[in-house]
Amino acid sequence: MSEHGNWAEWVYIGVVCALLVWVGAEAWNVERLVEHVPADAEVIKVTGQQWFWSFEHEDGTKEIGELHVEKGKAYKFEVTSKDVIHSFNIHDYVVLIDAVPGRINIVWFVPDEVGEHEIQCREYCGLLHYNMRAKLYVEEST
Amino acid sequence: MVLELQKPRPIWQIMFSTHHTDVGLLYLIMSLAFFFMGGVLALFIRIELFLPGPQIIADSMTFNRMFTVHGTTLIFLFILPFASAVGNYFVPIMVRYKDMAYPKLNAIAFWMLPPAGALVWLGFADFTWYAQPPYSVISAPAPAADMWIFGLKIIGISQVLGSINFIVTILKCKHPDLPLSKMPLMAWSFLSSSLIVIVAIPTFAAALLMLLTDRMGMSGFFDPNVGGDPIAYSHLFWFTFHPEVYVLVIPAIGMMYEIIPRFSRKPIFSHSSGVFAFIMLAMVSFASWAHHMYATGMSFTEKTVFMVGTLAAVPASAMHVFNFLATMWGGRIKFATPMMWSVGGIALFFAAGAGGVVNSAMPLDFITHDSYWVVGHFHLFVMGTIAFGSFGFAYYMFPYVTGRMYHEKLGQVHFVLSFVGAILVFFTQHILGLFGMPRRVYDYPPFPEWIAMNQIITMGAVLLAIGAAIWLGNFIYSMGRGKPADMEDPFKLGGKYYYPYQQKTPHHD
Repeated sequence: MSEHGNWAEWVYIGVVCALLVWVGAEAWNVERLVEHVPADAEVIKVTGQQWFWSFEHEDGTKEIGELHVEKGKAYKFEVTSKDVIHSFNIHDYVVLIDAVPGRINIVWFVPDEVGEHEIQCREYCGLLHYNMRAKLYVEEST
Repeated sequence: MVLELQKPRPIWQIMFSTHHTDVGLLYLIMSLAFFFMGGVLALFIRIELFLPGPQIIADSMTFNRMFTVHGTTLIFLFILPFASAVGNYFVPIMVRYKDMAYPKLNAIAFWMLPPAGALVWLGFADFTWYAQPPYSVISAPAPAADMWIFGLKIIGISQVLGSINFIVTILKCKHPDLPLSKMPLMAWSFLSSSLIVIVAIPTFAAALLMLLTDRMGMSGFFDPNVGGDPIAYSHLFWFTFHPEVYVLVIPAIGMMYEIIPRFSRKPIFSHSSGVFAFIMLAMVSFASWAHHMYATGMSFTEKTVFMVGTLAAVPASAMHVFNFLATMWGGRIKFATPMMWSVGGIALFFAAGAGGVVNSAMPLDFITHDSYWVVGHFHLFVMGTIAFGSFGFAYYMFPYVTGRMYHEKLGQVHFVLSFVGAILVFFTQHILGLFGMPRRVYDYPPFPEWIAMNQIITMGAVLLAIGAAIWLGNFIYSMGRGKPADMEDPFKLGGKYYYPYQQKTPHHD
């Protein structure tokens, strides 16, 4: 065992560790920015329950199964659940946070283009989990 | 070794035996039976998802029950018992002892598994192998969920008993002439995975009891209405089951450490780095459990801590891969079936690890979490790495167990079909996840990309199924009619040096 040198293994482990440090540092840096909610973000209360999403805007408007937002505005989702754990997901905008009963989880986004996007549940929640969907409508700001 | 079919005995003699190879044989037969049962469920799931809309499964509840039992079966009733089978056969021989340290305990640990399997299968629960409350407390249908809880409870006890047996056999019954530092790496893999089990399992055992009393309405540990917290369950669950991932993968890597040097006709590149990496993995496996829970609303600090803990497991895994490649480097490699499985398994292990680094990076996890990416990612481990290593070892053990050779060409066809199938299924699932398809769904909206990728995945799954069918036929036929194996050197590798476990051991029957 002592006949062969193992410098190659050390170089290899060094490269792997350097890559991991880079991934970790970059992830830390990006996540720090992503989690910083802008102060002027408008609050939308999101409630998941078996098996639909309901939304309540700051002005008291309620929506079920669809959500209308304005382009270019920051929105802060306060996500919770009434029964079991769901996961609130707008995949196109990388919005993802669990809806946990008894907790309010926060996630935010700024829609940057007019359009329609899928809202779905990403955490298994029973019989109609596969169909727990809603539509996001991004509209021109008024 | 035992030659069951050349010296036939009545079946009850094997069933009531406490000899390590007999218990190993029982583990082997049971685990492979459950592999095929769980695999059939996977095939149903894939056919259902071939197109949007209901296909062959009538309703989503049946579908949910199927993927729950699929996961539970393959993890607890195939992978773990298969490792126990290999350990029972080889660990006592590798440490040069006549049997396991506690033969009766060994038989008891095995005989707990069939009733546990029966509970899981007859109940057919629907709350995924994760059994997350509040769903598992307030929504999951009654007898099934409780049967699953008891089944898992029994499996946990069986695992702890088996692990105690391995630890005592290795540390206390090892031949005095064999220092730990010279012990084969496969025995080291069983030592490290058994140590993880002893530390990790009690947490889940506690969580299962809390789940049960919550379901009976006696407590509210996970009920937010009475001050409980469902996320507490996630912590308890993953504190056991992230380390458990290493319990699954470490013996499979140990099996590759048996196969790769022999079929490369070279000693292992570095025994000590293998030992070091096993110990490292056993320790860091406890530092990363909450990386499964970034999206539950954890604070930035918590996420950072668990990201670092997760990344810390990568260098040790990379050391194993390096060790395998350096062993093969310059060797006279014989690509017989067991070697093909091991090399294929290492390639997929590398791919799975690379995907894991992506998941652990916090912002990227919010793209992949609970999507099909995750399904592809962990299947690359459990199927691509662990099952591939296990299949290779099943071919490798075959002559020692039956005294006959399997059909080599068919074994290679099985490998090629499975390797191509695994890439089609699990790589495509990664991409499907990036396109946003959630996991654990019975149906999906007809987005053209999702349909195309689901169809590729189903076709890959069919390849895997054909491969498995060929394997089953090959083994059943060869057990009775295969060519008698040359027991000194069944794989024609030359040199007695490569078979230390053929040393005569006292057989106490």
